Amino acid sequence: MLTVSMTVNGQTVTKEVDPRTLLVQFLRENLSLTGTHVGCDTSQCGACVVHVDGASVKACTMLAAQANGREVTTIEGLAQNGDLHPMQEAFKEHHGLQCGFCTPGMIMSAVDLLKQNPDPSEHEIREWLEGNICRCTGYHNIVKAIRHAAQDMRS
Amino acid sequence: MPDSGFGAPVKRREDFRFITGRGRYVDDIDRPGQLYAFFVRSPVAHATVASIDIGEAQKAPGVVAVFTGEDMAADNVGSLPCGWVVTDKNGDPHKAPPHWPLVRGRVRYVGDHVAVVIAETLAQARDAGELVEVDYEELAPVVDLSSAGENVQLHDEAPGNLCFDWELGDKAAVDEAFAKAAHVSKLDLVNNRLIPNAMEPRAAIGEYDPGSDNYTIYSTSQNPHLLRLILCAFVLNLPEHKVRVVAPDVGGGFGSKIYAYAEETVCTWASKRLNGKPIKWTAERSESFLSDAHGRDHITTAELAMDSDGKFLALRVDTQANMGAYLSSFATSIPTYLYATLLAGQYATPAIHCNVKAYFTTTAPVDAYRGAGRPEATYVIERLVEVAARDMKMEPAELRRKNFIQPDQFPYQTPVALTYDIGNYEASLDKALEMVRYGDFAQRRSESEARGKLRGIGMSAYIEACGIAPSAVVGSLGAGVGLWESAQVRFNPTGSVTVLTGAHSHGQGHETTFAQLVSEQLGVDYEQIEIVHGDTGQIPMGMGTYGSRSLAVGGSAISKACDKIIEKGKKIAAHLMEASVDDVEFANGQFTVAGTDKSKGIGEIAFTAYVPHNYPEGVEPGLDETAFYDPLNFTYPSGVHIAEVEIDPDTGETEIVDWVAVDDFGKVLNPMIVEGQVHGGIAQGVGQALLENAVYDDSGQLVTGSYMDYTMPRADDLCEFRVGMTVSECTHNPLGVKGCGEAGAIAAPAAVMNAITDALGVEIDMPASREKVWRHAQGRFKAAAE
Repeated sequence: MLTVSMTVNGQTVTKEVDPRTLLVQFLRENLSLTGTHVGCDTSQCGACVVHVDGASVKACTMLAAQANGREVTTIEGLAQNGDLHPMQEAFKEHHGLQCGFCTPGMIMSAVDLLKQNPDPSEHEIREWLEGNICRCTGYHNIVKAIRHAAQDMRS
Repeated sequence: MPDSGFGAPVKRREDFRFITGRGRYVDDIDRPGQLYAFFVRSPVAHATVASIDIGEAQKAPGVVAVFTGEDMAADNVGSLPCGWVVTDKNGDPHKAPPHWPLVRGRVRYVGDHVAVVIAETLAQARDAGELVEVDYEELAPVVDLSSAGENVQLHDEAPGNLCFDWELGDKAAVDEAFAKAAHVSKLDLVNNRLIPNAMEPRAAIGEYDPGSDNYTIYSTSQNPHLLRLILCAFVLNLPEHKVRVVAPDVGGGFGSKIYAYAEETVCTWASKRLNGKPIKWTAERSESFLSDAHGRDHITTAELAMDSDGKFLALRVDTQANMGAYLSSFATSIPTYLYATLLAGQYATPAIHCNVKAYFTTTAPVDAYRGAGRPEATYVIERLVEVAARDMKMEPAELRRKNFIQPDQFPYQTPVALTYDIGNYEASLDKALEMVRYGDFAQRRSESEARGKLRGIGMSAYIEACGIAPSAVVGSLGAGVGLWESAQVRFNPTGSVTVLTGAHSHGQGHETTFAQLVSEQLGVDYEQIEIVHGDTGQIPMGMGTYGSRSLAVGGSAISKACDKIIEKGKKIAAHLMEASVDDVEFANGQFTVAGTDKSKGIGEIAFTAYVPHNYPEGVEPGLDETAFYDPLNFTYPSGVHIAEVEIDPDTGETEIVDWVAVDDFGKVLNPMIVEGQVHGGIAQGVGQALLENAVYDDSGQLVTGSYMDYTMPRADDLCEFRVGMTVSECTHNPLGVKGCGEAGAIAAPAAVMNAITDALGVEIDMPASREKVWRHAQGRFKAAAE
């Protein structure tokens, strides 16, 4: 077993884990943060995207041990003081989700996009979302939500 | 625009939990003391299992048990049944070989369930799975559908691997019409096999309680009551009242979560064997690829007979359908009653005959996937009509228009069993042509050519049959279940309303739309209405969600329960207002005495019903009504989708540059949600046409077994979709609604392929991969340049 310690959603956590524990397993099983989902086993679907030190990361592709000492934000930690993040608001407002399973990863990924590119074109949004698969929405309303969130966050 | 009733684009109330990471899917649930199941799956397509040595696995750390098919046989666990009997041409029922949850002596596809290892942690179960020694004596696989009948036999019960040879329609009339036709157009096509890929992998927890002798099954199911019925009545032989199935938040289904699968069966059975330890299993995506029921997989030859003006005389269709290794829960109904019955499409073709031969192969079982038979039918018709227009040098839209069933012909009896109640096909066509600026296409094509691109336009005029019913009719056709839906509408004493529905939401947004419906019908504030679904322990009865039935059938049941509430409320209101029941009217949440200003709100009536101090004689306390609704007919949504594509001849890349969808879903409750359903359906249809294809190699290995190999549509494969509506209200359900969940997936493949073949000038099969398109585009582009 291995001791890992990191900050998750603003709180320091320390746990004993099997060395092969993935970050996503650590979040889901050790911390009961089940908002981060597992949709595949090849790092393709993006349902598990979280932020590590502010950048989007597929939590199925990183060991918990690699996150040692770092700062992790999950979908549960995105809303601040009870206020939804503008990206969360936009997904709701523009029907950017149906079954909700890909949604946490989509939102975390989109938040990182706007950090890097506050005014992305539709094309840039679609390219960025290459690593996030949604089977329900046809992406139409996800793209729309991200465009509106970008507008809201700039104004 | 209303605030919350029909037509209001109410934002979804379920979204808050999903956008904040507080959804509760099966894999998010942990039960005290739970153990983990890992399935040892067959690595070969077809083999006799000579022996299974579980000795080493049993000794591995954390392992509690290893079970095989023999253990289940010892407990008389049954076969997973197929719930629809199709009658062969020869009068016999279809061949129904057993489908054991854990194999008994033979494996028949890669991924077949050989053994289960149950351990204290998932890692331990998986590690021990590696230690199960299975001696496979390999047999020849049966992979190629076109030669499936000539191959090695998979099941003793099915000579020639034939499950059934079935036909529908008047063959003699069709032959006669072909004999006198001025022109016959013919098309050979493949409807490619798809893997549903709901983003949430299947999962199950089986939990037996030795104290009460009750079972609880948490399952990623689209229809918890139906799962309970199948498991109790056919597989585990359990009394239904001792089993509770919970399907909490479910992350998409698209058909793949309708069925009773081996995994939940094994987890439930094993929990009893292990004295009540909860047993949890969650599919890895690779397991989903291997063992979720796949979709489509047809080979078809279709011929259309026309007179010299292009009037359709007859349609002849021959299809081979792949059932996979075993029959999934409703497999036989898909290429028969949900396929051949739709072959009239939107056209008044007088004679139609369809012959379907279904075969067993060493591949994953095939069953309903979004659209289920109807996309296959639409693809046959709409590709063939396009080919006919090309053959006849007629404008494709006009050829369709010439043959449409006209509004004054409804109700319209097709030659393939269905009676369409209503539709206006020309209205959708006209609107779609206008939205896409059809008349300017030639100019857009020239502009594309000037940029070195090939441009094509293609349409698809689809019809679907939703809300499969009525029970008596489907029963006579072989269905093993009724196809009603039920609902309970319960006023709470303080005036809020709890609605329990047998429909299940796994992305459809019922918690919002059903509350909109009840708010409108009972005049209760939308926020005071809660929708409960997905738990047989709470909801009296149900059939679940598939076939775009939730609002048309489930909503109609809710509406009927609301009617009963109002009827009873009138008696209470009449008593309180000292009036005759016949004089009491109800509207907008108020009971009024006709012609007076006397009025009582429904909230006060509900309170009175639970605090019946001043109450009519002979009326039961409480305001809580259950209703069942069995539809009188299918509903028939229809529409026209038009795709415009641009092909880069240098790369073979097909870009969808425009999409217009005009659908007639009858009355629309929440247009925002309906449009979302259309978008998602189109994406899956485009996926089938351009990207997705389940491929087994000659040895029966699934080579498209991950997202690295199976090409899911991603955001940059798609464009914005422009969605319009026309409305002809369903004539036979109380809401006038038809259903919208599958339309996009039904319409889209033909639209895309008609556009691509328009651009390329050659007929090709799905998926129109870059390589395939590139090869043909090279020739086309050179020809155009010369």
